[in-house]
Amino acid sequence: MKTNDLILQTATKIVLFIIVLFSIYIFFAGHYTPGGGFVGGLLTAGAIILLLLAFDMKTVAKILPINYMTMTAVGLLFAIGTAAGALLFNVPFLTHAFGDVHLPILGEMALHTATIFDLGVFLVVVGVTMTIIQTIGGDE
Amino acid sequence: MINFLLLPILIPLITGVLLMFINKHVMLQRWVASISAFVTVIIAAMLAHKVHTEGIQTLNLSNWDAPFGITLVSDMLSALLVLTTSIISFACIIFSFRGIGQEREKFNYYASMSFLIVGVNGAFTTGDIFNLFVFFEVMLMSSYVLIVLGGTKIQLRESIKYLLVNVISSALFVIAVGYLYSVTGTLNMAHLSERIASISADGQLGIITVIGVLFMIVFGLKGAVFPLFFWLPGSYYAPPAPVMAIFGALLTKVGVYSITRTYSLLFYHEGGTIQALLGVMAVLSIIFGVIGAIAYWDIKKIIIYNIITAVGVILAGVASMNEDALAGSVFYIIHDMIVKAALFLLVGIMIAITGTSNLKQISGLIKNYPGLAWTFFIASLALAGIPPLSGFVGKLLLIKGVFDAEHYWTGAIILMSSLFVLFSVMKIFINGFWGKPLTYKGEEKAPVRQLMAAPVILVILAVVYGVGADFVFPYISQAANILVNPDLYIDAVLKE
Repeated sequence: MKTNDLILQTATKIVLFIIVLFSIYIFFAGHYTPGGGFVGGLLTAGAIILLLLAFDMKTVAKILPINYMTMTAVGLLFAIGTAAGALLFNVPFLTHAFGDVHLPILGEMALHTATIFDLGVFLVVVGVTMTIIQTIGGDE
Repeated sequence: MINFLLLPILIPLITGVLLMFINKHVMLQRWVASISAFVTVIIAAMLAHKVHTEGIQTLNLSNWDAPFGITLVSDMLSALLVLTTSIISFACIIFSFRGIGQEREKFNYYASMSFLIVGVNGAFTTGDIFNLFVFFEVMLMSSYVLIVLGGTKIQLRESIKYLLVNVISSALFVIAVGYLYSVTGTLNMAHLSERIASISADGQLGIITVIGVLFMIVFGLKGAVFPLFFWLPGSYYAPPAPVMAIFGALLTKVGVYSITRTYSLLFYHEGGTIQALLGVMAVLSIIFGVIGAIAYWDIKKIIIYNIITAVGVILAGVASMNEDALAGSVFYIIHDMIVKAALFLLVGIMIAITGTSNLKQISGLIKNYPGLAWTFFIASLALAGIPPLSGFVGKLLLIKGVFDAEHYWTGAIILMSSLFVLFSVMKIFINGFWGKPLTYKGEEKAPVRQLMAAPVILVILAVVYGVGADFVFPYISQAANILVNPDLYIDAVLKE
């Protein structure tokens, strides 16, 4: 019997963006409020899993042509790179830097390298979660 | 460069990540993995030299002062162990080129190997008890991957046991750290030592003793001390030779190192109870290890039970807590890591030739493989502690220390155990290498010549280590000195 997932799929298309936006908000808010790379990554992975539930694996692979193993490795590189950047300035490993930077469109912004470390965590969490789900679910 | 002591952790970590990108290019992976392992050896040797000339190296990560941030501490003991770890990992990686098979190499084998080295080197270098737990987990996660990689039936079965035991012991580790934190309010080991000293001075020894015993259970499970060694013979039997070598040489020794570190630095005020318990556990480990080693007719099992004996011998030295015994323990732990790795690799070559690990089906290997036979012979003599070789000096110092501490029975049992250890490995030599040569199926396919490189390097090192004991002894005694005088460690970390 062929089932019709129209309601699920339509709802997913709308809800997906809200979840992704919320995960990005959580990710950036991590320094001052609860949140950060880990929950942000899990929420993003949750959004992709919702896509997986509403569609099938092939469709999702077509929408998001990402190799999640590579994504994990890139995330690790971000995290290690931020931490090891301190070696260039001969300060202890993991020493972070921060400052006010003037950006073209956004104007005056307070930036901290811990965000790049968090981005690494974010990518690793998404990569690992999706690798696990894909490996378990992919055995068709 | 102030981050120098971090490099033996950082280099394998970056290598592991890079290897994840190229996990289908086997040749490239071999080059990257072996070059990085070689560079790590050189860096670790430079670090040991630096610690020798300039004293204990400390690094406060992310520029937070000592008790508040994570401190990495490289004293002589950890520098020597990091150097030994790097050498063994290099040997195991070059052994893996021909000894592990392409189907495993394509599934992140070298990356897992690199992460294992990160965990081991990190556990040896850290000065923070919770960070020690994290590095334990890094090491264990990688070892889970390595033990199951390949997916044969026996590997799947044994990895479940291994995983269960280690998950439970890790949970106990967290609980123990939780208790310790609620009593002392700190996690930095040097600061912990100070706090525990003041608590002991107040006469509240009971809770400290309980936590000390809990740590003993945790590290005993990791390091395979009697009666907590039950998981080891099965689990180490499953994986292929290079993985078995790196497990046998490194993983239990991290547990032994942790016991040495915590009892010399944290729980030394307490003296009596824990020390006596450690002594009893060590002696029983020796006894049960040799019983296992002489009972089996399986070459892998014989070497595996010798690990338990060696752990017992090292801990018997730690339980005696005087400078000679500790120097002996340090000397012996490094000797044992090198020789165990060599023996496991040699056993791996024997299995590659004969296709079996049953000693009764092997005979007369010396006819066609004299190099293998004599390398094995030298490694066995080194393991048992025959004078010019590396096992002798360590055991001699250790026994002197044990007798000085008036543990006469322990000393006698260590001496007896050498005899049985010699018997167990000579059993392999006599039955496997002497006798009528047999022909084995698939014998000509075994790349013996290429595989021999790694164990030969290790055996030469073991011989040099024994013959050049005079040269290495200043390093060893420096390591033992810090274990006996924890104030040196505390002053170096807290800079008072």
